[in-house]
Formats: sequence, C-alpha cells, structure tokens
Amino acid sequence: MKVLAALSGGVDSAVAAARAVEAGHDVVGVHMALSRNRDEYRTGSRGCCSIEDANDARRAADKLGIPYYVWDLSDEFHDRVVTDFISEYEAGRTPNPCVRCNEYIKFDTLLERAQALGFDAVATGHYARIVIRKDGTRELHRANDPDKDQSYVLAVMGPSKLARAMFPLGQMRSKAEVRAEAAVRGLGVSNKPDSYDICFVADGDTKGFLERALGTRPGDIIDENGLVVGAHAGAYGFTVGQRKGLRLPRPAADGAPRYVTSVDTARNVVTVGPETLLSVGTLRGSKTVWLADDVPAMTPTPCLVQVRAHGAAVGATVVRDGDSVVIDLDEPMRGVAAGQSAVLYAGTRVLGQATIDR
Amino acid sequence: MSPLRPAAREAWIEASERIGNPSSLHASGRAARGLVEDARERIAAALGAHPTEVVFTSGGTEADNIGVVGAFWARRNEQPRHCVILTSAVEHHAALDPARWLARHHGAQSVEIDVDGHGSLDLEHLAHAVTAAAGEVAVASFQWVNNEVGTVQPLADVVDLMERHGIPVHADAVQGVGHLPFDFAASGLVSAAISAHKVGGPVGIGALIARRDAQLAPVIHGGGQERRLRSGTVDAASAWSFAIALDEAVRDLESEAARLTAMGERIERLLRDAAADACIHGPTHANAAPHIVHAIIPGAPGEALLTALDLAGIDASPGAACTAGVIEPSHVVEAMGYDAAAASQTLRLSMGWSTTEADVDALGQALAPAVKAARATRAAV
Repeated sequence: MKVLAALSGGVDSAVAAARAVEAGHDVVGVHMALSRNRDEYRTGSRGCCSIEDANDARRAADKLGIPYYVWDLSDEFHDRVVTDFISEYEAGRTPNPCVRCNEYIKFDTLLERAQALGFDAVATGHYARIVIRKDGTRELHRANDPDKDQSYVLAVMGPSKLARAMFPLGQMRSKAEVRAEAAVRGLGVSNKPDSYDICFVADGDTKGFLERALGTRPGDIIDENGLVVGAHAGAYGFTVGQRKGLRLPRPAADGAPRYVTSVDTARNVVTVGPETLLSVGTLRGSKTVWLADDVPAMTPTPCLVQVRAHGAAVGATVVRDGDSVVIDLDEPMRGVAAGQSAVLYAGTRVLGQATIDR
Repeated sequence: MSPLRPAAREAWIEASERIGNPSSLHASGRAARGLVEDARERIAAALGAHPTEVVFTSGGTEADNIGVVGAFWARRNEQPRHCVILTSAVEHHAALDPARWLARHHGAQSVEIDVDGHGSLDLEHLAHAVTAAAGEVAVASFQWVNNEVGTVQPLADVVDLMERHGIPVHADAVQGVGHLPFDFAASGLVSAAISAHKVGGPVGIGALIARRDAQLAPVIHGGGQERRLRSGTVDAASAWSFAIALDEAVRDLESEAARLTAMGERIERLLRDAAADACIHGPTHANAAPHIVHAIIPGAPGEALLTALDLAGIDASPGAACTAGVIEPSHVVEAMGYDAAAASQTLRLSMGWSTTEADVDALGQALAPAVKAARATRAAV
C-alpha cells in the first residue's frame, strides 16, 4: 500500500512510520506544520511544531530512507481547532481540541490530501488498535497499553476514515517498549520527552490563553439559591465540576466544598453548589458518530461510557435516535460538562461517540 | 543547483590529494596557495576580470553580504549622508535580507524599486528614486537574473544611470554567470556575487568579483586572507574545482543556452498542456534566462505539486521555505503584483548541464497528473 506517515517529530510517530516501512508498505513521511509561530525552538516538553520538531521528523525520515515533506496546515488548524477551542469556551462548553484536530486535521484535511495524491492510508503514532473482522468490517479498539490508549480521541473519525487509517503502535505493550524500539532502530528521538497538554497553549496556562484571546469579563458567582457569593473575571474560564480557583470569600454555610454546577456565558454567570448537585444520571449527546453498524443501539443497549480522555469508562445503557443519543448511567456521574465527548465502548471496542449537550 | 560536473569532481579529488600531503607541511602550504591563485586566475579570465578582483567566499550569500553590507559601511564611513540602499523586492534573500537588516538595525534606508508583472525593474521608478535620494545613496544592489522566474534585469541601463550619479552598483550575478555571457570589466559593475554550485562546481564556495577601487568594508573579521576583505582560509580544492566548472560552463555557454532554451520551450508547452490557465515565464519570453521556467498554476498549491512531482521523480521547487520546511508564498511573485494565494501556487523548474531531453520526457509524463492531484488536494480542504 502507499502509506502517508504523519511525522510529528516525536518518538511515537517515528516508530509507527518505521513499522509501516517494515510491513512492506511504500511509505512517505509528512510533517504537519500546525503552529503559526513556528520559528521557535521548543523548551522542555511543551509546545509543538517547533523547528526542532520539524528537524526531528526530517531526521526520522532520513533514518527510515523515506521521502519527507512539510505540509503547512496552520491555517486549517487555526480555523478549525484553535478558533473552535476559544469559541467553545466562550459559549460555556468544554471542548477537547485533540478530538477536534483528529476530526478536522489529521483524519480530514491530511487524509483527503493524501488520497488526492494517491495514498491508500495515513499512518499515525496513535495508541489504538484497528481489528479487521473476517467479513472485512473494521473495529476500533483500545490500545493494548491502557495508560497510553487514545481511542477516546479517535472515535470521532467515523467508519469511512477508519478504513484509511493505520495505527502501527496499537499492539505495543507500553511506551517504554516504543522508546526501546526507537533506540534499537537508531531513531534519535527515542529519549525525547512526551508532549502533553494542549499543544497550542505553549505554557500550559489555558486560563491565561483564554484571557488573552477573550479579554476579562468580570461577573458574579452565585450559589444554587441565586445569592451572589463571589466574583469572576470571565465565565468562559470555568468548567462544570471545577472546585479549585473559585476564590470565594466565604465558605458555604454547611462548610462543604462548592463546585461549579453551571456556566452561563450568555449572562456571564457562574453557578456553584454542593457536590450533590453535580450528579447526573443521564447524558444527552448529539453529532453522533457511529463505528459499529452491527451494534446499532436503536434500542437500549448496555455499554461502557467514557467522558474524559483520561477518565474511566463506566457502565451505562445507550439509545440512539438519529444524530442524538441518550446515555443512562448505571451510577450517577459528577462533573460532566457540555462540549465534552462521550465515547461508548463494548469491552475494548469503540461503538461510537457523541458530543455532550447537557 | 546543478550537480557537480565530472571534470570538477576529478579536479577536486586530485587537488585534495595533492595538497593533503602531511609529510611536507611547507610544500603543501605552498601548493595550496598556488592552487588558489591558479583558480583565481582562471575564474578571472572566464569572467573578464583581473585576478586581484576575485575574492573567494563561502558562497553566493556571503559574497552578496559583502557587496551590500560591506559597501554600505565603507560608503557611509566615508560620507555619513550615504545611508540609502537602492534595491528591489524581487532580490534573492541573500541580497535582500542584508539591505533590510541594515535598515532595521543600522540606520540605512532601503528603497525597493518596483518591478512589473514579469519581475522586470521599473527604470523610471529607479530614476525618480535616485533623484529623490540625491547624494545620499550608499550602494545600488540589483540581481542580474531572477532566481525564481528567470527574468534578466536591465543591468546595463541601471549602471548607466548610477554612473551618472557616482553610485556604485553591486549585482547578485549568481543565476546569470555560466548561462549568459559576462564581462565584468565591460559591465561597469563595482562588484558581483557568484556561486560555484550554480555552474556545476562544489557547494561551499563562491566569490565576490570586486573592482580594485571598490569601497568595501569586511563583514567578517580575522586574518584578512582574501584582499584583507574576507577572512578565513580558502578551501583550495574547492576553489580549483570551482574554476574548472566555471571554465566548462563558459566554454559551452552558447551551445548550452541554445539547448536549454529549446528544452525550456518544450517545458513551457508541457506546462500549458497540463494547466491551460497557468501563467508561465520561460526562456522564450523577452529578457529571460535560458535555464529557468516558472509557472503560477491557479488552484494548485505548490506544496502538493512539489510532493506529487517529487514522488514522480521530478526535482522541482515551489519557491522559498522557512527553517521548519514550510513553503512560504514567493516574495518575488508577490512583488510582481500577485496575491498570496497565487504566490503559493508556483512551480519553478530549472535546467543545467546535466538536464536531458529524457528528463523533459519524464516531466511530461508527471506534470498533468501532478497538477490534477495538487488541485484535488485543494478541493479536498
């Protein structure tokens, strides 16, 4: 197959590309330049798209003996991911930019460009497994290493994109194994620190990033009875379930900790209350992407649901109705914010995903 | 760049063995010096210059830096009023960036003369600019041949005009030498930058051809090995290899120009067949170099076009790339009056001594599918 390997400059994508080469594919490496201020050298493990990353990606391609190109997707990334990230917070929701990037950049813009240039598949260093059944059906599964599993942020790609994706690291037992393999293959990035957090928030300070983008918008923090109990610099900076950083002048009457229970950016009001008010028994979602035609879930279907990239999956029952889903949780869950992705699993298999409305 | 000519490779290997003899340090030192001087004489002879006028550098970029920065410093030291640099926005970065850097950090005023839709200098604008900057011009720096679109600038007219005002002219001649006849003495230029690898010599060496009366200050400091203007030990083997390559290029210049022009015509036709709406600059146009064909192909991102052509075995270049490897809109095409989108939909094909009709055949095979694929990537977004 003609495979386009996305090379970020990190160890995962380099090993993924190496494995694709070893599997006998005709592999070409592409580094996506996503940042507009790309003339910066990385410091520590934060940030992305630096000159150093581009150089590391190029060196990995050199080592593997594959052609290498840099594609500038910074405009698409800015418009589809960064702008969306800001406007979602501005609307009082909690977006996941990695999901968005997979949906619109890696498995859309990149995949479509690759196809136009004659590639059959795009290989990335994501940790997830694609299982092909005897009848040819493709299933997306969690990676073997549960700590590194990224199926949560990949579910959004849907079946047609999944058919053109390759995740050569899905079977790896651990990141240490990937690093060891990189070292054996002579890939210079074997010791490169992991990147984490949001790549375009270089200093890791999401609140500061949003403040620079949206400015301060002072407003009230109220309690469940509508009483003003504090002040904030912008409702967009809060997430349902948040406890830290509220800076309330007085404790609650009963002394119990208070949590953000709702964020209303239209009125610029943040509501806080006791933990009990955070509990939800039912999640409603829309923009559903379904990956399992054989488990259509048109009638109540038992499953597992995960609502955060690093959260646990919990028991639930799901029913689909067109674009929407209703997820009844076996046990109430707390701190679920609109805008988050709910990914539904059967065992390790991804059934589908939806964006939580409330 | 042109691949290394076999004769230049032989010359380099032979020279490096000869001067690398460690058993006789003094003799080998003498041999190296002698070889550098042999190279200097040959290069001077090939370009209508005196050997003293050949100053070896690390390449065209350094030569342009001395020609612009060195001239600015020397002229302003002599007369503080000399603070204007006349240049154009279509210069190669090697000449453009030093002028802009001087403007940003050293109080220079860089005046960039307009070009027309073909990248050709607007001589009327230049005449106005000279009058406006009466007596304040330190140096005029203009390229001979544009590296992206192949336009040959009217340097003789520029020199005529500048001579009347006593303004020294530096030329970035990197893309012209070896493809067009060049006689430094007759050119009226004060200095000209040239590069070995553009004529089939090795990478890492070039020269500034500078008149003996040129007012130039050094830009790097040290032993002053080259006419006290350029410091650092000259790479003798590379200098010799450069001289051999240049000799060959100048010897074959006429027949090669005819051969490349004919191939260029074919490439122009192929481009038109692959993209009827392409805006093409090539050897068949007036004031064009024989070895560069350039096209602006609407709807075909240079990035995708380059990928598609490279995968088909064609080395093409869409324009400039930043340090991270991202292809940027061409500043040349933008200066010609096109928008940023058009300046990102460019394709530059250059030919040299090693280019064959078979290469053009291969290009003919690859071009139409590549344009189609590149356009499809845009539709996909």
